[in-house]
Amino acid sequence: MTVLDLMSGFIVELRKAGLPVSLTENLDAMEAVKEIPIEDRQAFKYALAATLVKSNSHWRAFETIFEVYFSLRGPEHQIPSDMSDAEAELWREEQEMQQQGDGAAGSGGGMDSLTPEEIAQMLMQALMNGDQAMMRALARQSVQRFAGMEPGRPVGGTYYLYRTLRNLDLDNMLDKLMEANRDQAAQELTKLEERLEKDEFESRIEQFKQEVEAEIRRRLVADRGAEAMAKTLRKPLPEDVEFMHANKEEMLSLKKALQPLTRKLAAKLARKRRHGRRGPLDFRATVRSSLSYGGVPADPKFKYPRPSKPELMVVADISGSVAAFARFTLMLVYAIQGQFSKVRSFVFIDGIDEVTDYFKSNVDISDAIHRVNTEADVVWVDGHSDYGHAFEVFWERYGKDINPKTTILLLGDARNNYHAASSWVIKEMQKRGRHVYWLNPEPRSYWNTGDSIVGEYGSFTDGVYECRNLRQLEAFVEKLA
Amino acid sequence: MENRFESVEHVRDGLKKVHYLSDDGIAGVVFLAQRLGKPILVEGPAGTGKTQLAKSVAEMLNARLIRLQCYEGLDESKALYEWNYKKQLLRIQADKNSDSWSQVQDDIFSEEFLLTRPLLEAISSPDPVVLLIDEVDRVEIETEALLLEILSEYQVSIPELGTITAKQIPMVFLTSNNTRELSEALKRRCLFLHIDYPDMEREKEIVLTKVPDITQNLADQIARIVRSIRQLDLKKAPSVSETLDWARTLMLMGIENIDAQEAKDTLHILLKYQTDITKAAKELSVDK
Repeated sequence: MTVLDLMSGFIVELRKAGLPVSLTENLDAMEAVKEIPIEDRQAFKYALAATLVKSNSHWRAFETIFEVYFSLRGPEHQIPSDMSDAEAELWREEQEMQQQGDGAAGSGGGMDSLTPEEIAQMLMQALMNGDQAMMRALARQSVQRFAGMEPGRPVGGTYYLYRTLRNLDLDNMLDKLMEANRDQAAQELTKLEERLEKDEFESRIEQFKQEVEAEIRRRLVADRGAEAMAKTLRKPLPEDVEFMHANKEEMLSLKKALQPLTRKLAAKLARKRRHGRRGPLDFRATVRSSLSYGGVPADPKFKYPRPSKPELMVVADISGSVAAFARFTLMLVYAIQGQFSKVRSFVFIDGIDEVTDYFKSNVDISDAIHRVNTEADVVWVDGHSDYGHAFEVFWERYGKDINPKTTILLLGDARNNYHAASSWVIKEMQKRGRHVYWLNPEPRSYWNTGDSIVGEYGSFTDGVYECRNLRQLEAFVEKLA
Repeated sequence: MENRFESVEHVRDGLKKVHYLSDDGIAGVVFLAQRLGKPILVEGPAGTGKTQLAKSVAEMLNARLIRLQCYEGLDESKALYEWNYKKQLLRIQADKNSDSWSQVQDDIFSEEFLLTRPLLEAISSPDPVVLLIDEVDRVEIETEALLLEILSEYQVSIPELGTITAKQIPMVFLTSNNTRELSEALKRRCLFLHIDYPDMEREKEIVLTKVPDITQNLADQIARIVRSIRQLDLKKAPSVSETLDWARTLMLMGIENIDAQEAKDTLHILLKYQTDITKAAKELSVDK
């Protein structure tokens, strides 16, 4: 395959993964490739990234696809049918060391003779000393030995990864390393030193895991071809991950994406409130600027309007299925609470409780969310969502606090378990407040099916919005302030 | 430009000579930018050396650095050019009677009455320059359009004068703190470079080059502690410049070996929020 074919396949795959690659960027990438030889893999990768990836959150997706398409390029990345000379050299040395260590245990050489225990032992040594070359060699060796890969077998990479790592007993590796380190140290380590050592080992183990993963990927690509492989690895970008179905890893990446997003939103909202409308004439400033035109007021100046900030009440369902969504929305709202004059939050399942106090400005937001999950008194009878009862109690206790400045956000899937709807509460809210919005994390096609009664509630609100991922949530919040 | 880069290594060594430690990504993109004649959009957390990169490249190339600091309300009269009204008025008043109007009009819209602002200055300069457009995310999205012509064509159109084209293609750096999404049009014209916090090895190197007389041992400890702190879930992770401040402080205090108490006492140099400080102190089991 020529580089050109490879490149066009690569770019098609990037687009399929959701990265917006325009035609000019494509051409730029081709230009860039001319300047940098494909053999210098790192430089080549950065050259492609600089021309094709224009947002940091897309970097991971890019990297994965790059690995798939270009991992078989360059001599040092070929799959070793036999070991390369340098590696063989390394192995021999290691073997000799072993032999010196435990007498005549070593046999004729070559890695096949090593028992799994010996390999684990060598890995520990390599991790201990941070020996990069050795770690790489061991990663290859252990994949070959333990993964049990067979050509054409329709199994995902994670399965092989699991098998390899289980055989190496990597979970206990950290403890073992720490122990060995303690034995080696001349004097007692302080707590601080111990902690630093631990972080160091953790990062080395992580690095080793990545080596193993890369090796498995290389082998899979060789077996199945780049295109098929890229397809199985395709993952949604962080902003497209659905709240309701995010796994643990995706949740982490969502959390990471949330922080820059809130900064962006806050800046945008502040700017939006100040601009757009012009205030009354600023007489002083106009006269001042007229001086540079010889006293002619050629350039009238206006005061910035300072409209009041909205008040916000968030009422969130935190029962199992929609909990993640509620958490995210609360986090987002509190991260930009400076943009509202007042934020109050309530959570419910079948009972309702106010949680505003948990989010006092100087508290860590994750801590606050944790308290919401553990301390809030939200169960009334059986802990199954009962929107009707929760709304009635809300109206009774807090209804009088709603004023014409208040915007109310209702979060949930409106799956009411066939209880009474009590939608009159929403109607009253809308009468008394400024706006009432409903955010639903379910796909639109599921609305009003089964026990979902979002339509009934929705008819009294100023709008029901589908908020399945960060992108949609962001778009909504922007509209809000 | 005369001193064209030969290779990525060349860029990296050059930057190292002016005390900027780059990695593969940074050196590669700078090299590519000059080869392709494209601007670089540099993004990343605050205090990771985005602005410093432009300064160092200028120093390396022996070029003049022209800096445009962006802010809300920046307009073309401050970024591109402005007519010198006062001088024009004087010109008109000076010989009210002698010239015909058309002559005066030709006269007052000539280069003599033009005040060049950073962007125009960068492209009209005969010597090599490095143009730094700092914190481009602070201008409004409409103002961004001002930059488009200069970034893609290296020219500025002035209605009264015509188009001024660059005499040499300057290296252009745009930095962004990512407070808002930049427009597609702008991103498309640039190479994108994300500078993240450096890994431990590089951070140690940076400390060693930037803080004179520091010992290997201390630099190593500093880099390791900072890495551990960055892994925590903080409001604001320590930046490279804060690491350097910390290193300098420890040097001044004459500390050779950081122990828990000293780390705790100086933590406020690395972290700027009380909640972060408490958390880090607890996590590093410094707080007893």
